[in-house]
Amino acid sequence: MTKILVDGIEVDAPGEFTLLQACEAAGAEIPRFCYHERLSIAGNCRMCLVEVKGGPPKPQASCAMSVKDLRPGPNGAPPEIFTKSPMVKKAREGVMEFLLVNHPLDCPICDQGGECDLQDQALMFGGDSSRYHENKRAVEDKFIGPLVKTEMTRCIHCTRCVRFTAEVAGTGDMGAIGRGEDMEITTYLQSAMTSELQGNVADLCPVGALLPKPQNFRARPWEYQKTETIDVMDALGSNIRIDSRGREVIRILPRVNDLVNEEWISDKTRQIVDGLKTQRLDRPYLRENGRLRPASWQEALAAVANKVRATEPGRMGALVGDLSAVEEIFALKLLMEQLGVKNIDCRQDGSKLDPANGRASYLFNATVAGIEHADALLIVGSNPRKEAPVLNARIRKRWLAGNFKIALVGERDDLTYDYDYLGAGAESLLNFIQNARPLGKLLVIVGQGALARQDGGAILSLAAQAAQKLGGVGPEWNGFSVLQTAAARVGALDLGFVPGAGGLDAAAMSKGGALDVLFNLGADEASIEPGAFVVYVGTHGDRGAHRADVILPGAAYTEKSGIYANTEGRVQLASRVVFPPGEAREDWAIFRALSGALGQPLPFDSLAALRKKLFEAYPHFARIDQIAAGEPGQIGALAAHPAVALRDPLSNVIKDFYLTNPIARASAVMADCSALAQGRLTQAAE
Amino acid sequence: MSVRRLTDNQPDSFEFTPQNLAWLEKQIAKYPDGRQASAVVPALWQAQKQNNYWLPQKAIEKVAELLDMPKIRVLEVATFYTMFNLEPVGKYYIQLCGTTPCMLCGSDDLIKVLQRRVGPQRKVTADGLFSWLEVECLGACCNAPMVQINDDFYEDLTVENFEKLLDDLAAGRTVKTGSQTGRVSSEPAGKLTSLTSLYGDGAK
Repeated sequence: MTKILVDGIEVDAPGEFTLLQACEAAGAEIPRFCYHERLSIAGNCRMCLVEVKGGPPKPQASCAMSVKDLRPGPNGAPPEIFTKSPMVKKAREGVMEFLLVNHPLDCPICDQGGECDLQDQALMFGGDSSRYHENKRAVEDKFIGPLVKTEMTRCIHCTRCVRFTAEVAGTGDMGAIGRGEDMEITTYLQSAMTSELQGNVADLCPVGALLPKPQNFRARPWEYQKTETIDVMDALGSNIRIDSRGREVIRILPRVNDLVNEEWISDKTRQIVDGLKTQRLDRPYLRENGRLRPASWQEALAAVANKVRATEPGRMGALVGDLSAVEEIFALKLLMEQLGVKNIDCRQDGSKLDPANGRASYLFNATVAGIEHADALLIVGSNPRKEAPVLNARIRKRWLAGNFKIALVGERDDLTYDYDYLGAGAESLLNFIQNARPLGKLLVIVGQGALARQDGGAILSLAAQAAQKLGGVGPEWNGFSVLQTAAARVGALDLGFVPGAGGLDAAAMSKGGALDVLFNLGADEASIEPGAFVVYVGTHGDRGAHRADVILPGAAYTEKSGIYANTEGRVQLASRVVFPPGEAREDWAIFRALSGALGQPLPFDSLAALRKKLFEAYPHFARIDQIAAGEPGQIGALAAHPAVALRDPLSNVIKDFYLTNPIARASAVMADCSALAQGRLTQAAE
Repeated sequence: MSVRRLTDNQPDSFEFTPQNLAWLEKQIAKYPDGRQASAVVPALWQAQKQNNYWLPQKAIEKVAELLDMPKIRVLEVATFYTMFNLEPVGKYYIQLCGTTPCMLCGSDDLIKVLQRRVGPQRKVTADGLFSWLEVECLGACCNAPMVQINDDFYEDLTVENFEKLLDDLAAGRTVKTGSQTGRVSSEPAGKLTSLTSLYGDGAK
């Protein structure tokens, strides 16, 4: 620690701190454009100039000089930094004047207006008027993908976007061509960015050069209602802020949470917005003579109640999909218990995860932040880049830090980091377990590609053996980590939403003739064969709704307050942003109404009462933002299971990152992205 | 300097000749493992030499592939250095220095010669022999005005000896590089004006 004076205030700063960080620690505000704490230091905007005593006698870029570069005074006086001196004021005004020389005066038609760093800092630190009378520079706009609009004349060349794609996203899509006044930020010859995190460059851009394309000219930042909530597009549970205007969700932005998503979100999380408005189920429907017709709630509920009364419990079942909150799964489970139904399942993909093996057997035990403490990584049947792009960025961050061996069993793909390819099938995993030596704090990531198959249990057990034998499980470190793909899955498994004794699982329930009545809570990926009377509770006119006999319209994740447990088991609370469309209702209320129609009302009349019941039965759901850790001993038990795996190669579950759920499939923006990505795939195959 | 873009008419493919590929491998071997991207400038330069002194898009992509770099990283380098020509140039590619010392010594007259004989900048003559570009200082101010044609400097130019130089090049005659007035490298033009006492009378 070095003692320094910032504007006369004494602070103790570690030597590796930059002057900018030291100034912030002392409470001084330093303007900046190129500096970003999660990217490398470029030092090219010069906005963060400060005056330093004990350093060179000129204004210093505080982002690019560290505290240890400062020298004490002749009598051991601590080095001093001035952030408010006349020299600093003049330097900032000069830098700002140069930045504005080639920046257009189009703030009134710029979407960044109101949340623009340049606008704010010009007001705070700039001069009062312009002395520039020459022609301004103009730059051609570039196509860089369907998600980011460019207005390159506004670019101030901070290179945050270039550094983001090179460092965090790992695709190296963007660059700066030319030099000097002719420098231009672009992708390679008007090609689209290839990263799943590309939307973040619009957030990083301090000016209006890169803007989210789908939100073009929609609203001013101060017009939005801002709601902090949780994302459900993947099982990471990214923290997001949803901006809405009136009854409409306009945009989704990341919220900083270093334990989960740092400050990035995937493109699916960000640009799902238009999917929330199209294909919506806004009233109940009943199937009559093979066609669905609009119906009233009374009619629809009565139809379900009549059918249920006429059916014995053994011929009924319930499926839970990927986007449901804990509350509605709990309500559905209670309803099924009342009816005596044992055929319940939340694993529509056929995953072999089982709560009977203990909570540690289906959680990402290492935690997302824990990835940074791992010494080695073994990936089994997963493509983290497609299954959780933000988590993949965390793996890449660890990999970039160095000394991190990665091995992969399963399908090869470009994961944005190098790995040793062990093989496609379980035998290569077995081989690895037998031959590898302990690898320090090993992280084993098991994906659904290894679990959603017949021998999933065996591969899970093999992965547990790998963790157990090679240093993945210890008193300080539990590296056995299941990467879920569905936001609802951990919550549903915590609730034990799996077949009871003698009950049928998802695949068996979907078979024709297995059941007479099937409750389908948003399970749109399952293909249900003809036969059963399907009651679909969901939000979009997708696969599930097409196969339904009664549709009860529910609320999307933006339209209800709900608890979600992410893949680590972290319990997070999502808030309501807007109300469900038309006659759609919150899902738990639908099950409550249905139970009323059946004459056996569930024991709660409000969400608060439901949560009270939920917390009594499952107290860990009450601890928001916390993880109830799994027992490491359960990994040992899991490893001891007898395991015979098949020889079939493991294949990844996500074939199309952009179309994994009903909301995404309703989104035109996601369809564009998907078409582009598929085009790239076929091009690569040629 | 102005905005540099790849030219519209691009060849369909680019492959390094086996000799150039072997040469490139030697360059790559100079750098530690995983640092092969350091060889990007030599690689592009060799590609340009092989391709009549200009870099087509396919060559940029080939270099990116060989050095395992994102294509944009190679494009950045190719557009940064004006030494890389992104459009076809004549067999004799004339870079005329127009910076202050050359301008004071008459480079404007040479520009007129080039405009008359070769045409506007960046345009190759119909016979494919010449193209020219005004560039910033090439560092031969003591022999101003000067031009660089392909890899060589031609200095102490006047309208007359420049015209003759171009005639000789067009006719395929051998030409003398360096000063065109018989001066040896950058010795004083005429007689010594300083340090005369050191050399005695003989130097006068």
